[in-house]
Amino acid sequence: MAETNKIGGADGAHKDVHTSTGAHGGSAESKFPPFNTETFAPQLVWLALTFTLLYVLMSRIALPRIGEVIEERRERIQRDLDTAERLKSDTDKALADYEKALSDARSNAGAIARETRDKLDAKVAKRQAVVDAEIHDRIADAEKRIQDTRTKALASVDEIATDVAGAVVKQLIDSDVSPADIRSALSKG
Amino acid sequence: MAADGHDHSPIKQFEIKELVPIDLFGIDASLTNSGAYMLVGLGLIFGFLYFSTGGRSLVPTRLQSISELIYEFVANTVRENVGPKGMQFFPLVFSLFMFVLVVNLLGMIPIPGITFTVTSHIAVTAALALLVISIVIIYGLYKHGLGFFGLFVPSGVPAVLLPILVPIEIISFISRPISLSVRLFANMLAGHIALKIFAGFVGLLLGAGFWALLAPLPLALTVALTALEVLVAVLQAYVFAVLTCIYLNDAVHGAH
Amino acid sequence: MDPEAAKYIGAGIACLGMAGAGIGLGTLFGQFLSGALRNPSAADGQRGTLLLGFALTEALGIFSLLIALLLLFAV
Repeated sequence: MAETNKIGGADGAHKDVHTSTGAHGGSAESKFPPFNTETFAPQLVWLALTFTLLYVLMSRIALPRIGEVIEERRERIQRDLDTAERLKSDTDKALADYEKALSDARSNAGAIARETRDKLDAKVAKRQAVVDAEIHDRIADAEKRIQDTRTKALASVDEIATDVAGAVVKQLIDSDVSPADIRSALSKG
Repeated sequence: MAADGHDHSPIKQFEIKELVPIDLFGIDASLTNSGAYMLVGLGLIFGFLYFSTGGRSLVPTRLQSISELIYEFVANTVRENVGPKGMQFFPLVFSLFMFVLVVNLLGMIPIPGITFTVTSHIAVTAALALLVISIVIIYGLYKHGLGFFGLFVPSGVPAVLLPILVPIEIISFISRPISLSVRLFANMLAGHIALKIFAGFVGLLLGAGFWALLAPLPLALTVALTALEVLVAVLQAYVFAVLTCIYLNDAVHGAH
Repeated sequence: MDPEAAKYIGAGIACLGMAGAGIGLGTLFGQFLSGALRNPSAADGQRGTLLLGFALTEALGIFSLLIALLLLFAV
């Protein structure tokens, strides 16, 4: 690097010596400073020195330092991003688990509720059946009783009718008629 | 400032003054104001980069983030223009960029009688440009052998046109270091001369009685020009770095 | 003609070259602006190219200014 620099610098100086001297023709008094070839040598020497030094300092010390920091930060950020990614996936998994547990619990609760409802329904149905049967029995009893009463009442009506008929006949024709005859007469009518 | 215009011609600021005479094996190696400015620039660059990254903290301090911004900026420029293979030239491009930038900006700090812009001398810019172009040629020859000269033969061109195009390509290649060095040199020189001339108008008008009323006009122009010159100082450093990258790209990747 | 006068006339003529740089800068920024207004989202990415073009174009104008300055001060 330093070699090229010096060679290049020397070449540049050389080329400009000619143009400059050609243009000037020796008017030393009002020399245009950038074309004053006398000052080329010290400029180029110090340029070579400072630029070589700058290049070495930059490439050996300054740039690796900055690059290192930037690289380290990039790695750190990458690592943090990876960690964040991992944590996020963990969170997602936990969330999915939770969702699953929730839906399981929900379906369990539904099952329990259904079961309870079925059980209660069954109980109610059984009880209803018992009550229904009881009611049915009672109704049957009551109907039977009514029937009995009715037949009994009807039987009494016959008897009363016979009595009344006997009494009426007796009053009308003043003769005793046997109840059997009356009965047969009534049933005929 | 420009009251006695004779001593304060606009090119006075480019004069090289000998500070410490040194003779190195017959070569005049005196420390001049140019050399001193280079040393100051070197010290500023290295000192800033070294001490701003002193903490090497993961969360950068303000100064450290400036260093890192410059680093990333130049690294991206190299990566975009030369590609990942060009990163071996990153220290070179970074040194060139920082050197030109700092030396340009140092020239923009007005210190009466002292201010000097290193890059306003063709010797310095030509040396830097020749350094770049010799690296391009040497690395290109080392990497591609004689195939490096395929650079001068544009691909996909009818053979009839080659006798015309090859000389054009060769001339354009040769003109690269010239334009690279003259661009930087001319920008710095012309900018500083223009500044000095307009600043001189302020002095002339102030000394012209009634016309002193107009003095603020060139002063405002000087202020605006100073801003433009700071922009130019930064841009020329960037252009130098980018063009270096583009030329290095030819050396790294050879003919297209 | 007095050589001194010829120098000044030459410097003036050399400065005409800066007109080209002026046209170039106008074209550069005008085209950038029209492109940027068409597609503002892409404009930010091209600002570096714009400044590079500015510096390269301006340098050409500076070349002619340099010739003028050399005529004034160096010859």
